[in-house]
Amino acid sequence: MIVPIPVADYRPNAMFTLLHYPFIQNAFMAGSLVAIVAGVLGYFLILRGLTFAGHALSSIGFAGAAGAVLLGIPPVYGLLAFTMGASLFISSSSGEARGRDIAIGVIMTFALGLGVLFLSLYHGFAEQAYSILFGSIVGISRGDLSLATVLAVGILVVLASLGRPLLFSTFDPDGAEARGLPVRLLGMVYLILVALAVSLAMQLVGVLLVFGLLVGPPATAIRLVGRPSHAIIVSVGLGLAYTWAGILLAAWSGWPVSFLITAISFGLYLPVRLRGSRRSRCRMGAARALPSVRTASSRCSQQVIDDHTD
Amino acid sequence: MPEPIILIEKAGVRLGGVPVIQDVSLSIDAGEFISILGPNGAGKTTLLKLLLGLIRPDTGRVRVLDRAPRRGLAEVGYVPQRRVLDIELALRARDLVGFGLDGHRWGIGLPDRGRNVMIEQALEEVDALQLADAPVGQLSGGEQQRLLLAQALLSGPRLLLLDEPLANLDPAHQHEAVALIERVRRVHGVTVLLVSHDINPLLPVTDRVVYLAGGHCAIGSPQQVITGPTLSMLYGAPVEVVHIKGRYFVIGVEV
Amino acid sequence: MITPIDLFRHDFVQNAFLAGTLVAILSGLVGYFVVLRGQAFVCEAMSHVGFAGAAGAALIGVSPLIGMLLFTLLGAAGMGALGRRLRNRDVEVGMLLAFLLGVGLLFLSFYIRNASAAVNLLFGSILSVTNADVILTGLSCLLSLIILAILFRPLLFMSVDPDVAEARGVPIAFLSTAFLILLAFCVAQAMQVVGVLLVFALLIVPAAAAEKLTHSPLAAIGWSVLISLVSTWGGLILAFIGHWPASFYIVSMSCGIYFLSFIPSRLHPSRSPTGVNHRGRERNLGA
Repeated sequence: MIVPIPVADYRPNAMFTLLHYPFIQNAFMAGSLVAIVAGVLGYFLILRGLTFAGHALSSIGFAGAAGAVLLGIPPVYGLLAFTMGASLFISSSSGEARGRDIAIGVIMTFALGLGVLFLSLYHGFAEQAYSILFGSIVGISRGDLSLATVLAVGILVVLASLGRPLLFSTFDPDGAEARGLPVRLLGMVYLILVALAVSLAMQLVGVLLVFGLLVGPPATAIRLVGRPSHAIIVSVGLGLAYTWAGILLAAWSGWPVSFLITAISFGLYLPVRLRGSRRSRCRMGAARALPSVRTASSRCSQQVIDDHTD
Repeated sequence: MPEPIILIEKAGVRLGGVPVIQDVSLSIDAGEFISILGPNGAGKTTLLKLLLGLIRPDTGRVRVLDRAPRRGLAEVGYVPQRRVLDIELALRARDLVGFGLDGHRWGIGLPDRGRNVMIEQALEEVDALQLADAPVGQLSGGEQQRLLLAQALLSGPRLLLLDEPLANLDPAHQHEAVALIERVRRVHGVTVLLVSHDINPLLPVTDRVVYLAGGHCAIGSPQQVITGPTLSMLYGAPVEVVHIKGRYFVIGVEV
Repeated sequence: MITPIDLFRHDFVQNAFLAGTLVAILSGLVGYFVVLRGQAFVCEAMSHVGFAGAAGAALIGVSPLIGMLLFTLLGAAGMGALGRRLRNRDVEVGMLLAFLLGVGLLFLSFYIRNASAAVNLLFGSILSVTNADVILTGLSCLLSLIILAILFRPLLFMSVDPDVAEARGVPIAFLSTAFLILLAFCVAQAMQVVGVLLVFALLIVPAAAAEKLTHSPLAAIGWSVLISLVSTWGGLILAFIGHWPASFYIVSMSCGIYFLSFIPSRLHPSRSPTGVNHRGRERNLGA
């Protein structure tokens, strides 16, 4: 027989009354923090081609969290340890995307193997494992919220100070390096920030589905607007909207919050993607360039051509 | 008078609603060495794709070897722009070259002495026999280009299309590459169409030039085409050409 | 102390080794192409798609394998529709992965009281393979191998050199989609052995190790299949001796072999006959 898990033993008459409950308030605040941080970090994740790495980090984080639970310490520490380690490894591996993705994949597989082992070793914590993997909106305490706030603020502060060099080195790594920017160091710091964000998101959406917030809103935003600053704002806005809607729906229906957020994220991404807005990609106009004009315009027209030769 | 090997009449191609080339007409005879020049995005690669049968013209018509271009013609050899190959790729030079013989055929293919001999002959011809067992990802750009040339030669083409083979090569290697292509042309009697950014390394061997810019083209000898008036007309903007010491320099006005 | 002969008297042990062997061979082969084509992420997404299918099937009381196969086939068709530039479609693949994982989790949440189905999905169920499963696995692996043999040369050609292959008349779109369908089948099989999360252990890791050991495609395939087999057998044997999940042992073996495969290249630093590596390092954002 199929029995849906009730999130709590109540069925509010109106959604408005939901907001009175502290756990919902905590969920909203934690969720908003995650959405903001993920919205900004995710923008760079996509542009730097680190989507797979982002997924791998969350899987590796799971293994760390499971290991921590096995050792009896709070999962977030295991999460942090494993994700930081993985970030350092990923940022140190050189070479192009294919080889790097494979190396990341192997590490991820091994970490997941460990995670499976940890899960099997301690049957008692299936519930906890479930919540690590998939998140829950009821489990967020004041203490969790404080930690989350500190993490989020820290990440945002670092991002704000590194914002411009990071953008520069993302769009034009050679130019940035020529200007003396420490491109590799920036990359490493960025990945460490992602590791922290994944740890932060564990509480709400669970490690496996932090993707929904890390990739969905920025991916949608990039297809809607062109300028980085606008895209980041839209990305954060979308992330907040998805999260709030997801939390409300989760409280009301009893369905898992991570599914709802991811479904909303995907559901809004799909039509935008299918519509295929080229506005954001080709700002340079027709390709009637003289030989002396830089290749930027040709890259954009090549992009249009690429898109059409699918 | 034998039919031209390539005949294009008022061809136009639009991609994504944007006209890439308009009203292009040209005729090329067998055995010629043609250089295709022009800025990025001017339609040089599009032109090659028309000849390969990968895209159809929206207007006008294209005839290659006296028929409509079609994919998979063994008589048309293609050396594409160099792609970056992963250093770790498990593929040797002889494997890459071997694709030219039978990469398109179904099945696994049984090991065959004759096949190996043909591959090694092709490698020998491009001066790459010693690289036969080297992993392709670890070879230099120039070496990979030679392998692609050998690969194209194995299908016994009458027409050879090369897309920017000289890009990213230093002058000495450019010189070698050009000499190799010319040698291949003479030995095999193929017609060569070579896309390039820079005409200068090709001046000793090129019969005619096709210059694509602004969607239109001009065809003729280098001296006829690479002049201020001709290019200014193509670009629709003032362009100056300086001819010093047997080399051409195109100077454009910043847009 | 149980001797190996005693072990093999049991049906479930025989079935585990039979099914495991078949899946390992196919995975080693298909994995070579996945690694070659840089489709590791697609493979991962496929396993999550299969997870959703299996969870959904279990929910409505149908065999998870059917659900897995159905969903992965649909997933293959969907990703095939993204066109030949799948390589640059990380974002789309990632979104699909996240969404399907969410769907699978939704289904799972509906019957979390029935934990064993969930456990099987996540951890693999090689030790509970029935006779019917073995036959089904055998047939589908055989079919996949035959198809892969037929597609072998053009697939290899267009994976390395899509522009020239297309010019030579190789049907790129068809082959891309056909490969994705093959991958879907293979992933569904692999999920039975090692579970959703660890599909890589059979598909990616052996092929990645093989790449480090040789430059010839045929030799690389051979190594990939061999490593996949050794990991599976070794993992199964350890599972019977030890107490931990079989999938963990299999993963550890294949990852262990992968790390070992670094050694030969360290011993021979310059394996290229040209002696010197001419290429400058490709620009890398430093991740």
